[in-house]
Amino acid sequence: MAGGTAIGGSRAGLIALLSPAYLWLTAAIFLPLSAMLFFSLVTELPFGGAEWAFTLENYRAFFETPTYATLLWKSVRLGLIVTVVCLLVGFPCAYVLAKAIRGRAREALFLLVILPFWSNSLVRIFSWAIVLRGNGVLDLGLNALLPFEVDVSLMFTTHAIVIGLVHSYLPYVILTSYLALQAIDDNLIDAARSMGAGKLTILWRLILPLSLPGLVAGAVLIFVPVVGAFMEPRILGGRVGTYYGTVIEDQFVAVYNWPLGAALSFILLAVVLFILAVASPMLKRAQA
Amino acid sequence: MSGAMLARLGKVWLGLILVFLYAPILVMAAMSFNASPYYQLPFEFTVEWYEKLSENRGILRAAARSVGIAMVTTVIATVLGTAASLALFRYEFRGKAVLRVLLFPPIAIPWLITGTAMLVFFFGIGLGRGTPAVIVGHVALALPYVIVVVTARLATFDPTLEEAARVLGAGGWTVTRRVTLPWIAPGIIAGALFAFAISFDQFVVSYFLSEPGDSTLPVVIYTAIRKGFTPEINAVSTLIIVVSMAVMLVAARFSNFGGER
Repeated sequence: MAGGTAIGGSRAGLIALLSPAYLWLTAAIFLPLSAMLFFSLVTELPFGGAEWAFTLENYRAFFETPTYATLLWKSVRLGLIVTVVCLLVGFPCAYVLAKAIRGRAREALFLLVILPFWSNSLVRIFSWAIVLRGNGVLDLGLNALLPFEVDVSLMFTTHAIVIGLVHSYLPYVILTSYLALQAIDDNLIDAARSMGAGKLTILWRLILPLSLPGLVAGAVLIFVPVVGAFMEPRILGGRVGTYYGTVIEDQFVAVYNWPLGAALSFILLAVVLFILAVASPMLKRAQA
Repeated sequence: MSGAMLARLGKVWLGLILVFLYAPILVMAAMSFNASPYYQLPFEFTVEWYEKLSENRGILRAAARSVGIAMVTTVIATVLGTAASLALFRYEFRGKAVLRVLLFPPIAIPWLITGTAMLVFFFGIGLGRGTPAVIVGHVALALPYVIVVVTARLATFDPTLEEAARVLGAGGWTVTRRVTLPWIAPGIIAGALFAFAISFDQFVVSYFLSEPGDSTLPVVIYTAIRKGFTPEINAVSTLIIVVSMAVMLVAARFSNFGGER
C-alpha cells in the first residue's frame, strides 16, 4: 500500500487533506516562534515606522541583571520540587490503580483521577485560594478538629504555590505511570517472586526500570509547564509569587517592553528544549 | 508487611489523593451557596450569588464569547484535524515522521511562550488582538489533540474496507463518507469534545490575545481574582467546572484516554 491506499492515491489528495492543518500550525505556532526570535534581537518593535536596529541588548539584560537569572533558577527549582512531589505521590497511586484494582472499579477510579486534569486549571487554582486563605476552610476545619488553636495561613506562601501546582499536574504523572505499569506483564512479577525476590527487589530491579519511560514522560509534562507558570504564583503566592513566568507576563501586559519579554521567553524556550532533548532518548524508548 | 496490608494501604493512599483532588473543588462549590461573602462559617444556604451572577452582564457576555469561540474552534480544529489524520493514515510519504513530531510543540511548549509569541507575531502581521486572534490560537492548540485522538481511532480501522468499497465501485469521497467516517465517528466526536474543552478552559493564550474589555471567561475571572475575589466568581467557577467535567465525561465515553477497556 505504499504511495497511498484505495482513496485518492494522488499527491494532490494528500496535499489537500494535510495542508490546511499544517498551514494553520505554521501560521499560529511556528511563524510566531520564529518572529519571537527576531523581535528578541531588535531595539524597538518595527511597527508603525518606528526606528529599530538589531541588538543583543535584550539578551545582555538577562546576563547582566542577576535578577532574571535568579528568577529563572527560582522557577527551575519550583519545577523540580513540584515534579518530585508529583512523582512521589502519583507513582504509588498509579501502581495501585494498575495492579491492585480490577474491572469496572478501576475504570471508574481512573476516570475520577484524570477528570480534574481536563477541567479548568485557573478555576482549580482559585478553589485552593478559598481553601488556604487565613480564616479559610482549612484553618476553620483544623481548628474544629484539633483540641488546640492552630494558625494555618498557607495562603501567599511558596507552600501554597506548590500545593496548587501539584494539584494541577498530579494527574499527568498518574496517567503516564499507569500506562507504563499496565504494560508490565503480571507473570513477570510472579516469576520474580517465585524465584525468591523480595518486594523491594522487585520494585527496584523490575517495576521501576520498566516504568521509567512513563515516569520520565510524566516528569517532563510537569516540569516544562511549571517552569513557565505565572498564573498560579500570582494567585496563590501574592508577594512571594514573583517568578520567571510572572516577569515575562509583566513585559507583555504591564511594562510593554516586548523585545525584552521576547528575549526572556526565548531563553525559557531554550531551557525547555534542553530538557526535552535530554529526556527524548528515554521517551523514544517508551514509544518503542 | 503482608501483601494484603500493603494493598489496603495503597487503596487508602488512592482515596487520599481523590480527596486532595476533589476537596477544594467541592469547597468552592459549597461556598458559592454560602450566604457570607467572606466565606465565613457556619454555612447558610443561599442562591443569592447565582442571582447576582445572572445579572452580571460583563461575566455573561464573557461566557457567551467563550462558548462561541469554543464552538468555532471545535468545528475548525475537528475538520482540519480529521483531514490531516486521514492523510497520515492513508499515505506513505517521506517526512511523515517529521509531520508527526511537529504536532508536539503546541502541546509541549509552555503556553506562556506560545501565547506571547502569537501576540507579537499577530501584531506584526496586523491581525492584532481580539476574538479572531484568539480563535487562530485556540485552533492551533486543539489541532494536535484532535489528530492524536482521531489517529488512535483510525488505528483500529481496516484499510481493506476502503479497498473493498472501492472495488465495488464507490468513488473516493463516497468511500470516505460512507465507510471511513462512520467507523471513526467516535474518535471524531471525542476529538471535537477535547477541542471544545481545550478552547473553553484555555486561559494563558486567551489572556495574551484578547482585547481588554472583550475577553473570554477565564480571563475575566483571572482579572476579578486579582482584584479581590467575590462569591459571584465562585458561582461562575463552579458552573465552569461542572460544564467542563460533563464535557470530558461524555468524551470519555467515546475514547478511553489510552486506558484499556
